[in-house]
Amino acid sequence: MKLDDHQTAMLAGAEGPARKYAMEQILKVGRFFDAENCVPVSQVHLMADPEALGPSGVDFLEGLAKLPLAERRVRVPAITDPRGVDFNAYKRLGQTETMADLERRATAAFEALGFMMTNTCINYQSVIPPVLGEHIAFGDTGSSIYANSVLGARTNFEGGPSALAAALTGYTPRYGYHLDSYRRGKTHFEVTTRPRDLAEWGALGGLVGRAMRSYWEVPVLSGVEGPVTSDEIKQFGAALASFGSTPLFHMIGITPEAPDLKAVFDGPVPAATSLGRADIDRLMASYRPKDDKLDVVVFAAPQLSLFEMRTLADHLDGRTINKGVTLIATTSPDIKAAADRMGITASIEGAGGMVLSGVCFYQMYARDIGEANGWKRLMSNSAKLVNILGGYGYEPILDSMSACVESAIAGRIVGASS
Amino acid sequence: MSTRVYKGHPGPGIKVTGEALVASDNFSARYDLDLVKGIVSRPAHKLAGQSYVGKILILNIAKGGVASAWMLRDMVQSGRTPKALILNFANPIMAQGAAFADLPLIDRFDVDITQAIKSGESVTVDPVAGTLTVGG
Repeated sequence: MKLDDHQTAMLAGAEGPARKYAMEQILKVGRFFDAENCVPVSQVHLMADPEALGPSGVDFLEGLAKLPLAERRVRVPAITDPRGVDFNAYKRLGQTETMADLERRATAAFEALGFMMTNTCINYQSVIPPVLGEHIAFGDTGSSIYANSVLGARTNFEGGPSALAAALTGYTPRYGYHLDSYRRGKTHFEVTTRPRDLAEWGALGGLVGRAMRSYWEVPVLSGVEGPVTSDEIKQFGAALASFGSTPLFHMIGITPEAPDLKAVFDGPVPAATSLGRADIDRLMASYRPKDDKLDVVVFAAPQLSLFEMRTLADHLDGRTINKGVTLIATTSPDIKAAADRMGITASIEGAGGMVLSGVCFYQMYARDIGEANGWKRLMSNSAKLVNILGGYGYEPILDSMSACVESAIAGRIVGASS
Repeated sequence: MSTRVYKGHPGPGIKVTGEALVASDNFSARYDLDLVKGIVSRPAHKLAGQSYVGKILILNIAKGGVASAWMLRDMVQSGRTPKALILNFANPIMAQGAAFADLPLIDRFDVDITQAIKSGESVTVDPVAGTLTVGG
């Protein structure tokens, strides 16, 4: 892998140990993927919740944070994915002081490095959406797949250590989805139904994700009836990236690199796998439990947009959530502030719900808080969340926001599809 | 005893030898593992309930979220870690995590490595050469 003089100097330690670590990380990953050189990035989005970091990760960050200012400050605008602790709610959720302490230490270290603590996974809706062809380093599968697919920006999944390296140097290895050749369509799906709500958009994404055999397989969907909203395609992409491992899809006539089938495939268009109503119904039914017991309803993963917050508030306004059920909605600090100002938070909390800021459910010690609160049966309209929590000791159910809210109010699982 | 050598793409980490733990399932540290107990926790996973600690963990494809990039180093430092991770196809997250952790990682073999090696076999992993050696 070729480095220029500046990169070589950073690798040699001329700009301190933080940038030396960063170039070493870039080189190791670049060599693994046979990158020819580095590409400059314009912004970095970093995932580093305290559960993922662990104590050793926080120690590592604090080591960097102690360096002199000139050696530790990020070189490009750098923002953060959801954190693991909302300090206004952690005691009520049964999170421990150990978790809160790790969160405080990690946040202080990131601030010392010059990160802007946006604490959001919907930065493409709420911070600065990148544009077509822009090279970036995004660190959440949902933000990456949205930026690549919907906006036409260029990123690989940049896990924390690599996103940090990109922030400290302004570069990332040029491989994978930074290159034209990797962005071509590989597999073709013909969609024969239109998802009716966000849960079904997620289910459709889950079906495509499950069929993906590797990170490098780019699915192409034809037949999707537009227009599609930002929240719909956000749920679709987040689920696709969660059930699979794929950071790019093309949706013909909808996403910017896919005006038609010929434009996305090299050579003849491959035969399509059909995805229809029965497939979506089957995926959703696979999560349906035998009885109607319900512990917790969660709207998260991705964090809710302002529009989703408004819709949830409208469902809950003037009503009362059953005492036996906890209802949680997570959003970004910026959207939370807007929701507070617009009376949206008051409607949700007035019904007995919790609005959490700067966190996302599966990134906030979901296994521990489930055990602490006796939560097992969980209902959500996020296919991504339902997919993740199966591995965390929950019995998750996927249904529409409306069905989730009605169930929270009834204190048992009800809804159009139950 | 005959020796079998499988060639993949070189990766991070140093040469190690250990007992293989193999399944044709995919892999995500955050979604599939209980990092405290050191076992595979996802109920639908073929290795559910089994300890991966000290094993050469051989699985199909890296899937799921980005958390694995941090988690591999914490696993290595806690001691509750596989000795090496061998995949048919890693993704950037696993590569970044293995690079950060200095956990031996090899992928892209010319065979399906989950079919070529059986659980319980003794395997030597050489990430610099990109080889897995069984027996010998």
